[in-house]
Amino acid sequence: MAFAAYCRDLYKRYDARKKAVDAVNGITLEVHEGECFGLLGPNGAGKTTTVEIFEGLLTQTSGHVEVLGRQWSGRDADEIRQRIGISLQDTKLNDKLTVLETLTLFRSFYRTGREPESTIDMVSLDEKANAFVGKLSGGQKQRLAVACALVGDPELLFLDEPTTGLDPQSRRELWDIIREQRDRARTTLITTHYMDEAQRLCDRVAVVDHGKVIALGSPDELIRQIGGEHVIEFDLIHSDGQGSVVGADLFQGLPSVNAARAEGGGYSLTVSEPHRALPALITLLQSRQLELGRLATRHVSLEDVFVTLTGRHLRDEEISSN
Amino acid sequence: MKKYHPIKELLLGRMRTFYREPEAIFWTYGFPLILTILLGIAFRNRPQEVIDVDIADGPAAAGIKSHLDDAGGFVAHVRPTAECTERLRLGKSAIVVERGDKLEYAFDPTRPDSALARARLDDVLQRALGRADAVATADREITEPGARYIDFLVPGLLGMNLMGGGLWGIGFVVTDMRVRNLLRRLVATPMRKPHFLLALIGGRLVFTIPELLFILGAGVFLFDVRVSGGWLAIVVIAFVGSVSFAGLGLLIASRAKRIETISGLMNLVMLPMWLFSGIFFSSEKFPDAFQPFIQALPLTQLNDALRSIILEGGTLADQAMRLLILMAWGGLSFLLALKWFRWT
Ligand SMILES: Nc1ncnc2c1ncn2[C@@H]1O[C@H](COP(=O)(O)OP(=O)(O)O)[C@@H](O)[C@H]1O
Ligand SMILES: [Mg+2]
Repeated sequence: MAFAAYCRDLYKRYDARKKAVDAVNGITLEVHEGECFGLLGPNGAGKTTTVEIFEGLLTQTSGHVEVLGRQWSGRDADEIRQRIGISLQDTKLNDKLTVLETLTLFRSFYRTGREPESTIDMVSLDEKANAFVGKLSGGQKQRLAVACALVGDPELLFLDEPTTGLDPQSRRELWDIIREQRDRARTTLITTHYMDEAQRLCDRVAVVDHGKVIALGSPDELIRQIGGEHVIEFDLIHSDGQGSVVGADLFQGLPSVNAARAEGGGYSLTVSEPHRALPALITLLQSRQLELGRLATRHVSLEDVFVTLTGRHLRDEEISSN
Repeated sequence: MKKYHPIKELLLGRMRTFYREPEAIFWTYGFPLILTILLGIAFRNRPQEVIDVDIADGPAAAGIKSHLDDAGGFVAHVRPTAECTERLRLGKSAIVVERGDKLEYAFDPTRPDSALARARLDDVLQRALGRADAVATADREITEPGARYIDFLVPGLLGMNLMGGGLWGIGFVVTDMRVRNLLRRLVATPMRKPHFLLALIGGRLVFTIPELLFILGAGVFLFDVRVSGGWLAIVVIAFVGSVSFAGLGLLIASRAKRIETISGLMNLVMLPMWLFSGIFFSSEKFPDAFQPFIQALPLTQLNDALRSIILEGGTLADQAMRLLILMAWGGLSFLLALKWFRWT
């Protein structure tokens, strides 16, 4: 089986002034040809570092890396660059050039590729073709960065947080571009900290935390792994004298409940069969004379996978580290 | 021919970036032009030197003053001795004369104007007091174009600008691109690194042409500077000089990660050339011991070549050695820059 990108026992240590940071701490990944592979994890997990090692922009401290069956050295490096497309997490482009000029410049570096004009259409920047890069909005710049990645018509596309900061409309357009890439049997490696994005877009996902892969598989597989495809979330109204909190383990034994957790003043149950768990829950609450303040059921998401594995939320991390 | 050629696109990008940046245009073209014009006006027609003479008060003072006023070329005042000494010390007068038994001159021999004043003053007074010339003399004053200070200055200013343009126009631009992570994105593409560097240097050549036209044009049309040598030779020298300094700029900027670093390095490299390479006065005025060092500086060679062609009508062949030194600087710098260049 040929891998579009492959790494084994990848380590990357940054020697910062005060202390060394192990940004990537033993990652092994196999990205198959033609799939959309997602690296999902909170900020600081090591996604960008991993991707930039694949892109040849950073050198690993140790470990083996192959891109399109080649390693980053000498002549092979040029060959890899011809066949991959890159959108960096923070792509900087020349503010004084127009969108069309920028893409024509990037196009000139590749042996083969797309016409700059049609690439502009792909990312819906046609109205801005002659606008200066410096005058684009954040979302438009992000789309131009993706266009720069696409203009060489790459076999393997690296997108590092391509939808961060995009409005919902642009996000969906970008998803379409990535799906089209997959329809043409091209490979995409995308990083994101949006679980819904990973869930909708990716054939397979590696959940990364603290430089390690903590879960790997298709979104469905990952969700099944945590036992149960549904989540029941509810709050209780605490009338005085009733005792304010009940432990989450009270709900552990209910039929088809796989995990129970107290969360943000309420409770969250992972459940495989809601039609069995719900009546049992109601009965239990009635017998204890506990009153429901809110109840909702939803499908399990990758977010829940992350929470189950780490006890933390993807987003909380983002907010606290910003 | 490919539809999209990287060197062409890189060069176009460089030129567009330049002309869309009004400040860059001003500092490259406007400022040197203004400088040339101002210096040209300042040094165009220096009125004949007038010598400030203080005469120490005494019985003969009034007589000396009238002799000097008759001779012309002096501004003479009679003042108390103490005041005369003080004014000389402060440089307000060039010389003090006092008539006792002898004519006594007080002056600072290390000040050129003082030394000159001593000679002229003595000459005028001795004649007024009855000395006859042994042989009759006649003066012929030369203010022909070609021998004036402005003629000397214009090629020097041109050389200085070619240096500044090459060093800043390459070194600063490259460092700026590195600081803003533009280089990082480029190096992630299959762009060939020599293409990038060649386009930078090519851009520099293109920008040299207006620079040359503006400064020489100002000299020719405003100050009547006569270009004795061939224009083609001037252009060739300017190009070689430009490329040479572009290579040097690239080398200086090959690893700099901050704008402050590059500014400092740039000034460090330019300062000796500003001082020694004969922009405002001839480099030959420095002691012989300095000359090997001075002659090794690229700007010295560029300025000498420009002066030789513009003022003396020299040919390109006459500049062979100078061109060789310039090219050695440029070539060596470029090769080292290619070796050391850091993209991120
Ligand atoms: N150049 C660097 N020097 C030192 N530490 C770094 C550097 N780049 C990233 N890191 C650290 O490495 C870890 C992983 O960062 P990164 O790969 O950017 O994570 P992610 O893309 O998942 O947010 C973080 O702790 C970050 O602070
Ligand atoms: Mg990142």
